Amino acid sequence: MRDVAIVSFSQLPSVTAIDATDEAELVQPVTSDAMNQVGLTQDDIGFTCSGSTDYLPGRPFSFVAAVDGLKAWPPLRESHVEMDGAFALYEAWVRLMHGDIDTALVFSFGKSSLGSVPDILNLQNDPYYVQPLGLDSISAAALQAQAMIDAGKATERDFAEVAARNRKNAVDNPNAQIRGDFSVEQMLEEPYISSPLRKSFCSPVSDSAAAIVLAAGDRARELVKRPAWIRGIDHRTEPHSLGQRDLTTSPSAKLASEKAGLVQGRVDVAELHAPFAHQEIILREAMGLGDEVSINPSGGALAANSLMTAGLIRFGEAASRLLSGNAGRALAHTSNGVCLQHNLVAVLEGE
Amino acid sequence: MSEILSAPYVLEYTYTRSTGPVVGRFLESLRYEVLEGVKTADGRVLCPPLEYDEEGEPTTDEFVPMRPSGTVKSWSWVPEPRRGHPFERPFAWALVQIDGADNAMVHAVDAGEAKRMHTGMRVRLRWADEKHGTIRDIACFEPIAPYLPSPVHLEYDVNPGKHYSAYLRGLQEGKLIGGRDPEAGKVYVPPRGADPMTGNPTNEYVEVADVGVLTTFAIIRIPFEGQKLKPPYCFGAIVLDGADSPIYHLVSGVPYDEIRMGMRVKAKWKPKEQWDTSLENILYFEPTGEPDAPFDSYKEHL
Repeated sequence: MRDVAIVSFSQLPSVTAIDATDEAELVQPVTSDAMNQVGLTQDDIGFTCSGSTDYLPGRPFSFVAAVDGLKAWPPLRESHVEMDGAFALYEAWVRLMHGDIDTALVFSFGKSSLGSVPDILNLQNDPYYVQPLGLDSISAAALQAQAMIDAGKATERDFAEVAARNRKNAVDNPNAQIRGDFSVEQMLEEPYISSPLRKSFCSPVSDSAAAIVLAAGDRARELVKRPAWIRGIDHRTEPHSLGQRDLTTSPSAKLASEKAGLVQGRVDVAELHAPFAHQEIILREAMGLGDEVSINPSGGALAANSLMTAGLIRFGEAASRLLSGNAGRALAHTSNGVCLQHNLVAVLEGE
Repeated sequence: MSEILSAPYVLEYTYTRSTGPVVGRFLESLRYEVLEGVKTADGRVLCPPLEYDEEGEPTTDEFVPMRPSGTVKSWSWVPEPRRGHPFERPFAWALVQIDGADNAMVHAVDAGEAKRMHTGMRVRLRWADEKHGTIRDIACFEPIAPYLPSPVHLEYDVNPGKHYSAYLRGLQEGKLIGGRDPEAGKVYVPPRGADPMTGNPTNEYVEVADVGVLTTFAIIRIPFEGQKLKPPYCFGAIVLDGADSPIYHLVSGVPYDEIRMGMRVKAKWKPKEQWDTSLENILYFEPTGEPDAPFDSYKEHL
């Protein structure tokens, strides 16, 4: 296994709607910035991989258009996953294991504002038994949240407290969309969207883009003083059918974190991709993250959730704290699918 | 004018999907209002059936008939349904474990109001009127109430007895009849078999006035089951002149905040041609305008 590190990270501030941008216009600022930070150009990059979903802009093969935001001549080694950009990072990490290249560029973009995200995400559901019913993503998550309450694992107040803490953390994050002091009592007065979920227990809909440069071994040390080394990375998925899962637990996050080597030492920081407040509680329990760990100092997905990008941003936020020397060991997590079906976990370490 | 152009845009795919032997059979059976599960290799039952279980083992070709009922394992109330939801009125999403199944089905519960929903509740399947071989052939589930209708119906002939008959016949003629205990002299309206203070029969009938004193009253402002009048209304105890016990009737013809104990009131009768053997011959009691009766004059009747 080669040592591979995150050496730079760039993101657009997450906002409700970024007007006036097509795919290339979203991607170009972050990819160029991530490369500039370490003095690289596209010609220096061995492999480029992106994550996005065409259903957000409603344009089939929109990811192909995004390549225009790169310098694509002479022809690139390029790949794409119809998933969060963090899974593109995983593919790039695997590609670097081949040993023939030393650098990779990973990016993702999510222009969530053009359509209706809860309805688009119904397309993740089983097309025979669930999709025809129109189960939107908030209602699916609500079934999970109610199961948590029924199991005695959490209360609505716990959900509100998670949301309040994340948005308070986001005060120091200029890239977050919702930040500030929010009252738990006021959140508990909000009407239900799908009970027991109220608006504040759900992530906002955000537009953003992000990019990360990976480098292997000595190349990483040449580029930055303190590379954020990927010590372990693993992803696991669970059955698709909601009716076959215990929604109050996350065996996939637990297993992925074990395989990523989380138990080999304590982490200072964990950036968790939990688009609904109750999911942070499930993830912390599954991965055994106690109060000694700083959870989502960036504010997490509850402060900004650009679809297909928020996961890669978790990696960037965790790595930034290592690159700056503010933390020694960090966990980065990303989820895809309905009700935390699929979980990707990496353990990162500074020098 | 905004620099950025914008236009509505609809994305649709007119795809069809092949269903396969397991899912296909399940969906086809729904057309005939037949609900089936499939057995897994290790003997569990999946409803809705899947081609493979969660361990990747193919399920068997053994289908099991299922009762069209189940138990809610989790739920979410949707106060404002979205476009594309199964109902336009508020409803619940639920994970329903069909009786005898080892997995659960995502579907809607038409419960009317959120307070009827709870995990563990029993639900029955409601079929759609029109069927197309899709999961929506199940219209929804509905709560199974844990009780059954249990009405009682018995028929009797009743008679009011001698004394009450005399009272009712009096009313038919516009008279209020009381019964007197000849020894103690107390007059009871309506008459009763005996004076409860002495045990003597009250065989002597006397006519009392349709004017008297309002001794106490209540103003009814809340609705209740079986209520005949629309709130607010006033119900009072009236000791008629010449009587020693009150009758109970409506008090009206006066603002409610002016009604008071000791007020002199008089019966407001229906037109004579509508009289029957009933106290309903009197519509209500209304103030006479006389001075109030002193408290001491009626305190023994309270």
